[in-house]
Amino acid sequence: MTAEDRRAHTRAHTRADLLVAGGGPAGLTAAATAASGGLSVVLVDSGHALGGQYWRHPPAGAQMSGTDGFHHDLTAYRSLVDTISGHAETGLVDLRLGHHAWTVRRDEDGIELHVVDRRRPGADRAVVLRGRRLLVASGAYDRQLPFPGWDLPGVYTAGALQALLKGGGVAAGRRVLVAGTGPFLLPVAVGLADAGVRVVGVHEANDPRRWLRHARAVAALPGKAVEGVEYAAALLRHRIPVRVRSTVVAAHGRERVEAVTVARLDRDGRLIEGTQQRIAVDAVGVGWGFTPQLELAVSLGCELIGSEDGNAVVDVDAWQRTSVPGVLAAGETTGIGGALLAGLEGRLAAEGLLREVGCGAPSVRLRPVRRAVARQRAFSRAMREAHPVPAGWPAWLDDETTICRCEEVRHRVVREAVASGASDGRQVKQLTRTGMGWCQGRICGFAVECLARGEVPGVAAPAPASERLVAAPLTLGALARLPSHEVE
Amino acid sequence: MRVVVVGAGIIGACVARAAVVAGCEVVVLDRDQVGSGTTSRGEGNVLVSDKPPGPELDLALASRRRWQDLGDELGRDALELESKGGLVVATSQAALEPLSRLAAAQREVGVEVEAVTDPTHVEPFLTPEAAGAQWYPQDAQVQPVLAAAAVLADARRRGVQYRPGTEVAAARTGQDGRLRGVVTTSGEVIAADAVVNCAGTWGGVVGRRLGGEVPVLPRKGFVLVTEPLPPSVRHKVYSADYVANVAASTEGLETSCVVEGTRGGTILIGASRERVGFDRSMSPLTVQRLAAQAVALFPFLAGVQLLRVYRGFRPYCPDHLPVIGPDPRVAGLFHACGHEGAGIGLAPATGDLVAAHLTGLDPMLVAGVDPAPFLPERLLRIPEETS
Repeated sequence: MTAEDRRAHTRAHTRADLLVAGGGPAGLTAAATAASGGLSVVLVDSGHALGGQYWRHPPAGAQMSGTDGFHHDLTAYRSLVDTISGHAETGLVDLRLGHHAWTVRRDEDGIELHVVDRRRPGADRAVVLRGRRLLVASGAYDRQLPFPGWDLPGVYTAGALQALLKGGGVAAGRRVLVAGTGPFLLPVAVGLADAGVRVVGVHEANDPRRWLRHARAVAALPGKAVEGVEYAAALLRHRIPVRVRSTVVAAHGRERVEAVTVARLDRDGRLIEGTQQRIAVDAVGVGWGFTPQLELAVSLGCELIGSEDGNAVVDVDAWQRTSVPGVLAAGETTGIGGALLAGLEGRLAAEGLLREVGCGAPSVRLRPVRRAVARQRAFSRAMREAHPVPAGWPAWLDDETTICRCEEVRHRVVREAVASGASDGRQVKQLTRTGMGWCQGRICGFAVECLARGEVPGVAAPAPASERLVAAPLTLGALARLPSHEVE
Repeated sequence: MRVVVVGAGIIGACVARAAVVAGCEVVVLDRDQVGSGTTSRGEGNVLVSDKPPGPELDLALASRRRWQDLGDELGRDALELESKGGLVVATSQAALEPLSRLAAAQREVGVEVEAVTDPTHVEPFLTPEAAGAQWYPQDAQVQPVLAAAAVLADARRRGVQYRPGTEVAAARTGQDGRLRGVVTTSGEVIAADAVVNCAGTWGGVVGRRLGGEVPVLPRKGFVLVTEPLPPSVRHKVYSADYVANVAASTEGLETSCVVEGTRGGTILIGASRERVGFDRSMSPLTVQRLAAQAVALFPFLAGVQLLRVYRGFRPYCPDHLPVIGPDPRVAGLFHACGHEGAGIGLAPATGDLVAAHLTGLDPMLVAGVDPAPFLPERLLRIPEETS
């Protein structure tokens, strides 16, 4: 069947061949590959431009100086966007920017993805999108740990500092400290410095020597090593001090953050008393890795497995298929691994589908793709093992530290619930209201799980993925107006 | 007398407390944790308004008084007990008549209820199109998990042993056929003179494992939770169709919404009723219907964000009455489950009834309720030679 025939065939049916939730590297690559193979695709993203967090761009038409300097692999991004735009013009791709997936349902006929069109402020509109299959490529968000003062204005996640830069060219402060763990801290610090910010330090909680155990995984990806050297050079050029086994344990200030306390950590991630030091800042970014966004996959009942960073992630086969027929997952939802791996997984998901429906070109050789995926996965596993959340982090909390910011639940209250017998995050939630507010536990969920268990979740017993049947808020009015069987 | 209570939901907690007060030695088992089953899935309703005169209303009225006592003894804050009252709204002239007829019948048996001609005086944000309403000051609410935890904590202070994460696999039976305790899934034997099945929606399964199955089935329901707001819904507000739905026994989906505010500022919108087994999947259509009904009652809700939806499985028996009392087939086995959507409200009096059955005291005297309509016999087809 030619692409043209395929399109005509598609128009005759209201059901798309593939729904893609997420327009980051995984979703974009999958959508472009599938559409280029002749499949009809609906690509949904909450953002106002394609690219996700990695290739976050200002909305089309926004007047601002270029943000290109903050990006990697822009050629790849532009080529994917061109492909999608081309297929959108012919109607093969239905591009839905500014649409938030709020829930999902599956039946014998396929998938119903329920989305809210938020393009017009104050006029939310609920829409049902139907497809034969769904690719969950919803990415991940910053994982956070509470510390005294973390709710002060000027305290950001590391990812938020970068999103401000990429999405609007905004520097969050003039004197910024970056802390947490993982290689992601480096591009954040360098991006800020390139934008003229004085980065007063990068504080990596783990010892880089942890990577030595994974020498093979690193050696297999010389590109990553080169990238690392480039960042090291950039840090040096900007004279950014890098401290290892050190982290932010408190933020201070009246109206907003004015200083942070950093402290050294021992090899087991426990604070070394007496090493505390105060540093003046006007903004701080902290990141403890990422939490995959699993709402859609969990609502559909996809099986999950543990990942080395303590996250539950979607279990997939060699073609990115989940345990639920017709549901695929790619990118960070299957394990935190970065943009390159996400793109490769998106590609595999789409190639698998093309083969399944018989319109793929079996001549496409996937062996190099699979080899690259294997190398990237080995590297990302090494990364997750080398950058754990420090076991001793609860020692930074005092009684009055806010744990759940939405419901204003203090550490003392959580501790009392744990002392009374609550042994997991869910139980603590029901007794104290942690995770019941606006963010539905996205911010405090991992921390509460740590506090309830008395240890940091790991690969064998990951923090359970919360079930959130409503993946994104929507107004009751928009929901009430949704005609029962509207199809778009 | 040593008693094993299976299930640490609101029913198990109240049964354990009543039994220890009555002088029993009590062990509470739960395969999970306190309140982690259906107890955590509802709104915490303590209602008299939704029940027509009959055994369930008798139990509800007795229980309502006992919730008041528990609030006095354990602290209303520990339970988040709020005597907020319920307003049942007739959304049309046609609904007005049956509603006032129900109210008159309820008044006969001791329900406090008064007609309200302009319901917007009671709930200022209610739709001005409401035809009328009935006001039920006895309707109340608790935070169900907190309440279960508080009642169980008090029971533990009185000597009850609590063992979370312990699942019952089978009965331990003596040569005379009498229950002598339970065997857990890890093979441990916990000896007892009596075992009380308080497993809620899973009461059928636990009954079977103990040799006395009872017909308890799941009835799925969704509850919607909004963003936190300044106080805007003061009472429990129902549309009058709710009264019809609770009693209905037709298959399939029924929705008629109940809207109420919580201490946290969120507004809860419940609850649908569907007989779809233990199907956990999301039903956008059901959720949409509840939203539409809530917006019809309170037009301002149209602009309010839905943050969360949760669902649970109510335990129901074929005749919609709970099963409370000794199993006629297995000596030593007692049931206290199948309370459908009313378990929180009915729990304290259920505890009293079970304590009376366990100790041989007069249930009428202890609980103030006739135990006969709840006895398991009515649900069982007992083989002829023993009947």
